[in-house]
Amino acid sequence: MIASERKPTEEILGYLEAEKKVFVVACDGCSAGCGVSDPEHTAEMVKELEANGKSVTGTARVEMTCNRGLTALVLTQHLADVDSADGILVLACGAGVQSVAAAVEKPVHPGTNSVYVGGFQGLWRSEPRCAECGNCMLDYTGGICPYTACSKSLLYGSCGGPKDGKCEVDDSVECGWMRIYERLAALGRADRLQEMPPLRNFQNMLPVGDKRRGSLWALELAEPEKAEGKD
Amino acid sequence: MTFREALESQDSTITCEVAPPKGVNMEHVLEEAELLRGRVAGLNVTDLQAASMRVSSLATCTLLEQKGLEPILQMVCRDRNRLALQSELLSAYVLGIRNVLCLTGDHVVLGDHPESKPVFDLDSVSLLQAAQGLIEGRDLSGNELAGPPEDLFLGAIVTPRADPVEPQIYKLHNKVRAGARFIQTQAMYDADTFAKFMERVADVDVPILAGIVLLKSAGMARYMNANVAGVFVPDSLIREMSAAGEKDRSARAEGKKADFRTKTSIEIAARLIRDLRPHCAGVHLMPLGWGHHVPAVLEAAGL
Ligand code: SF4
Ligand code: SF4
Repeated sequence: MIASERKPTEEILGYLEAEKKVFVVACDGCSAGCGVSDPEHTAEMVKELEANGKSVTGTARVEMTCNRGLTALVLTQHLADVDSADGILVLACGAGVQSVAAAVEKPVHPGTNSVYVGGFQGLWRSEPRCAECGNCMLDYTGGICPYTACSKSLLYGSCGGPKDGKCEVDDSVECGWMRIYERLAALGRADRLQEMPPLRNFQNMLPVGDKRRGSLWALELAEPEKAEGKD
Repeated sequence: MTFREALESQDSTITCEVAPPKGVNMEHVLEEAELLRGRVAGLNVTDLQAASMRVSSLATCTLLEQKGLEPILQMVCRDRNRLALQSELLSAYVLGIRNVLCLTGDHVVLGDHPESKPVFDLDSVSLLQAAQGLIEGRDLSGNELAGPPEDLFLGAIVTPRADPVEPQIYKLHNKVRAGARFIQTQAMYDADTFAKFMERVADVDVPILAGIVLLKSAGMARYMNANVAGVFVPDSLIREMSAAGEKDRSARAEGKKADFRTKTSIEIAARLIRDLRPHCAGVHLMPLGWGHHVPAVLEAAGL
């Protein structure tokens, strides 16, 4: 899941300055969960647009806007309203906005800021818990991710910053490395801090070749990519 | 004598920190450094200290080196990735700089450009590994160097007052294994804690210099206690500083000139030097803008 926040109304109105008629796409996925594109907040957005002199030609709700096939399908059901609009406002994450842009030849505007892939890899909500580093270090760190739990994503232990167990960046946040140390110490494995694992390799974050050849990947590629400028 | 030779001579060694300016007016920092000529074995030059934008440590070290002073280049990992850090180590070397202190660095949000991108591609330990690799003739990717910076002399820091201190001790060992040949500590204000710490790291066989930050006022001491990780100023010192401030105020009320505060600050620093030195290889002074008082501190300490 991608966590998102609503952009300020003035910023959105700025995008729409040259456009009078607006079609709104709202996602029923993650951004709805974040209270950005759920029916109530979408209706609020529509009201704000109208209060600022825009005419809203229609609204479409897409279950998962990041699914380009589905988005295109839903938008065809709103063809006339989409066609008559000067531009489209999308309440969805960055991937959702791009999915709409890929489906229609109209100016598309983001109504949200995507903040992070926040721990919603799976169903454990709230905090980011994995940065998809490609070389999981949880064995070394006693089950707490150093890249997401530490504000500097340090791999070789705490910086000089923690005070009373809190991070130098924000004293409402626990120092990730103090958590790692305490956990290892509780397990009687603090000596693992002597280890110096290999340096983080950012190339590991690129999907490996055989994944690219997998069937899900192929399905993804089978969808039209014209709007993204690829063949 | 180089800083390395001073440490190897086993005599108690003194280093002092100087800070590059924000802007191109270099007179002040060069004057401060000049005051210390012949009095300290090395001059640490901070690297965008407290994450605030200013003249680089490398440029300042180069100027000091050209003047025949002995700079210690501080390098933090906040602002450069592994390419830039390794390149800077080589660049420092060709400019005549030999001593490098490797640190992780404060986060950008603590500084004056909080909106910038924090890098931390490496950290203190991996920067030491990278530098040690260069010394041995290869970069982090294993490529061979045409001319390794063989005489780089690498250092690191430790916070003896961290709570808990165990993670610091593990990391200290890792830093030494990674290539650190000298250690400077975070500010220490009590010799007992420091002596206990030194016992716990007796198996670390590289010289350790105890850090001393000049106390400028009781307020500064209280501020550090509340806000600076790993620093603890005992009440007795805070009382000493506030009594001095009190004396200044009453003297001024009588229309007299007085500076008991500076005098007391110098006395405390000199006392700390005397108390800390017997436990380690020497001391590292961090005057934080009071560099002009360092000669007086050294004199008061009998150095
Ligand atoms: S170490 Fe890497 S793979 Fe493991 S949880 Fe952290 S980011 Fe994810
Ligand atoms: S204080 Fe802890 S969590 Fe914060 S940057 Fe330092 S090591 Fe990481």
